[in-house]
Amino acid sequence: MGTENHSEVDTASAPFARSGKDKLLDAQGLTKRFGDILANDAVDLTINKGEIHALLGENGAGKSTLVKMFYGSLEPDGGEIWWDGQKVAIDNPAAARELGIGMVFQHFSLFEALNVVENIALALPNPGNMKDLAKRIETVSREYGLPLNPSDIVADLPVGIRQRIEIVRCLLQEPRLIIMDEPTSVLTPQEADQLFLTLQRLASEGCAVLYISHRLEEVQRICHHATILRHGQVVNECDPTKETPATLASMMVGAEVIAVNAAAQKPAIGDIRLGLHKLSAPAATPFATALNNISLELRAGEVVAIAGVAGNGQGELFDAISGEMRVAPDMILLDGAPCGAKGINWRRKKNAAFVPEERLGHGAVPGMKLSQNIVLTRHSTGDKLVNGGMVSTANAGEMEQRIKQAFDVRMSHDDPEARSLSGGNLQKFVVGRELDRQPGVLVINQPTWGVDAGAAALIRQAIIDLARSGSAVLVISQDLDEIFEIADKIAVISRGFLSEPEPAADMTRERVGLLMAGGAETQGEVA
Amino acid sequence: MRIELVKRKEHSELMSLMSPLIAVGLTALSAAIIFAISGVNPALGLYKFFIEPLTEQWSLEATIEKATPLILIGCGLAVCYLSNNWNIGAEGQFVVGAMFGSILPVMFPSFENSLTLPLMLISGVIGGALWAMIPALLKTRFNTNEILTSLMLVYVAGLLLDYLVRGPWRDPDGFNFPESRIFSDAATLPDVFGGMMSLATPITIIIALVLALVLAKTIKGFEIRVMGESPRAGSFAGFSAKRLTIFSFALAGGLAGLAGTMVVSGSLNQLLPSISPGYGFTAIIVAFLGRLNPIGIIIAGFVLALSYIGGEGVQSGLGVSNKIASVIQGLLLFYVLACDTLILYRIRMVSRRAANPAGEVSHV
Repeated sequence: MGTENHSEVDTASAPFARSGKDKLLDAQGLTKRFGDILANDAVDLTINKGEIHALLGENGAGKSTLVKMFYGSLEPDGGEIWWDGQKVAIDNPAAARELGIGMVFQHFSLFEALNVVENIALALPNPGNMKDLAKRIETVSREYGLPLNPSDIVADLPVGIRQRIEIVRCLLQEPRLIIMDEPTSVLTPQEADQLFLTLQRLASEGCAVLYISHRLEEVQRICHHATILRHGQVVNECDPTKETPATLASMMVGAEVIAVNAAAQKPAIGDIRLGLHKLSAPAATPFATALNNISLELRAGEVVAIAGVAGNGQGELFDAISGEMRVAPDMILLDGAPCGAKGINWRRKKNAAFVPEERLGHGAVPGMKLSQNIVLTRHSTGDKLVNGGMVSTANAGEMEQRIKQAFDVRMSHDDPEARSLSGGNLQKFVVGRELDRQPGVLVINQPTWGVDAGAAALIRQAIIDLARSGSAVLVISQDLDEIFEIADKIAVISRGFLSEPEPAADMTRERVGLLMAGGAETQGEVA
Repeated sequence: MRIELVKRKEHSELMSLMSPLIAVGLTALSAAIIFAISGVNPALGLYKFFIEPLTEQWSLEATIEKATPLILIGCGLAVCYLSNNWNIGAEGQFVVGAMFGSILPVMFPSFENSLTLPLMLISGVIGGALWAMIPALLKTRFNTNEILTSLMLVYVAGLLLDYLVRGPWRDPDGFNFPESRIFSDAATLPDVFGGMMSLATPITIIIALVLALVLAKTIKGFEIRVMGESPRAGSFAGFSAKRLTIFSFALAGGLAGLAGTMVVSGSLNQLLPSISPGYGFTAIIVAFLGRLNPIGIIIAGFVLALSYIGGEGVQSGLGVSNKIASVIQGLLLFYVLACDTLILYRIRMVSRRAANPAGEVSHV
């Protein structure tokens, strides 16, 4: 379906013709598979010289996989990459740098104890004499409006300046294409404006930029061309300057209508089971998001979904509700009992259950057997797994069998280590482990992240069934298809602010998209 | 042609058992090379080092005596390492335990009754645990690196001991030698099994067996293993990393302190400036060679004890410096850690740009 759109766009955006002698990078049919999941499915992408090219898509759409293939850290399973008219194989990041491809990562790889020039010297193939390098750093950084003091120790520098180091490091290698993965997610608006000027200057000099961002206004403001990925495929290309954030959002999330199972059976709404009252928490690290005045009421019988782009406070909100992060007691009420300062097991005993986003390493211990992983969350919930301090292997094994059958968890041999299961099967296990308890409140973050369609359907149905049986379910998800499929009410989280939940029937994708792009903040601030 | 490490889907049970054996084999091979370079017949050197100590009654007894503190300290360290707490300071905890255990026989020599020994052992445990609390609290309160703090405290403890035996605790009838008064009979651990070993050895074996049970079967053992493998999952299970840090340091320090008291009370009978030939450091190797499993640690303790006796054997018999014992111990730890890679990875030879199967691959 991409090809037709493609030709339309070609004529529509004449100044940025997608073919001809300006082509810098041309990927054709790039395919990458991870186990059962097709992360990139025959992706075509053309980047012209001097172009700021946006790569858009929801989380899991395959953006990172694609750029990792350009940067040589992943090897494509199929397809070709042409660079400046020549077919190339990019074996590793060093080969990419040699071609003139540089990358600025979302999370920095700097040594805090070293100074700016030392950090840059470490990354260069032939840094030369340190004094000369320091001079070059000063000149280049000033020229591009990203002034750096070469002798500053990284540990003393704020995040915005650290990103400058990464960018200058990239610039010193005189790249012809710079890949930036969500560069503004760590910047203040002023720092971001400065970055845009630099990017525009680079583009005017003929350097191309591949720009990954969730901030649609930003893309609209500075990018010349946008490619939209969805489920590993290119679904659209456009000139973002001719679009609005809402139309870009709808391209990202897809506008097909999906059969809504949740609406088929009207919920019988009961009492408030989980209440959040002005829940606020400061950011624990520079990469974390602060929670701001979040209020929410979750009633028995309903599924409330929280939509939002990754890194807008979902993880922090989950940790606060589960008790892994403690807050003031009155900020969280479970069946009316204040529990903001209580631990996770106290909340589990109050019949709450939690499924975190990360299956391996958070929801389950990778090197432990499934039966042991059952003990992980149910050792103090009165399931007879622990008697007088001793773990009952027999009871845990029995429970493992029960969950395996009820949720169709497939495994090569009985009771394997968690790490050996496929993503979908492990997710069914991790969700099944909690649903097996018939919890009164279930909080689940990214219930079907990276899961095949069959497993996803099973998990979603189980969530709806649980709510209809009288429990309250809070789903945090970045998958709008999923949210519209299962939610009775939808709220949107943006930079740690939560919008007022609205009935799913009244919500549109456009409205959700706008709330994601910052509308939730203004609403949250007013509320 | 390149060598790749390919991640296994699950960890290999076979390799968990084989890894220490391969490591011992590689260590013996390296030792043979070192003997050859030193101009000694490698076969004879290996025999003197590893086999001869087992052939005579006195050297067998000496091996048991040296293995005992290694096993006891190693068991405590295993709990630390399993839970991701890098206590490198067992040597210091051993020394402080020995000093605490000596308070009673040195300062109150007339207190001689059936309570003397139990009280000494308990104070030894308390002393070691208190010393271990310093790095534990620094870690939980200020996020300090426990490797550095626990290691540095080893030297502080050594100097404290030195001060005590040269100063306030010097034996008044000792002709100014830096040593404490000799302990009375009531403060001496009795020998058992016809004098083959002191009571310290059976106590140690019982503690190791209890610990093996705790680690394998109880919720505390589960907590320790979860926290070591995946702290995030541990906090999801409601376990507290800080409390476990305190617990594991207290346990390791307590056991090291008990070992210290049992060494001074069972074999030395007085406090000396050097009461340990590096037990606390060698126990690190014991813990890893024993797979951080108390039963494995009992075996590993004997293997490492052998290296002390064997080192003396090759020095007196073949004229090779007994420093070779430290070299061999170091090689052993090196090989054990290297061989442990095979538990989670297998080695594969591939030609350039072969089809890349799904799975994580790291280049070597």
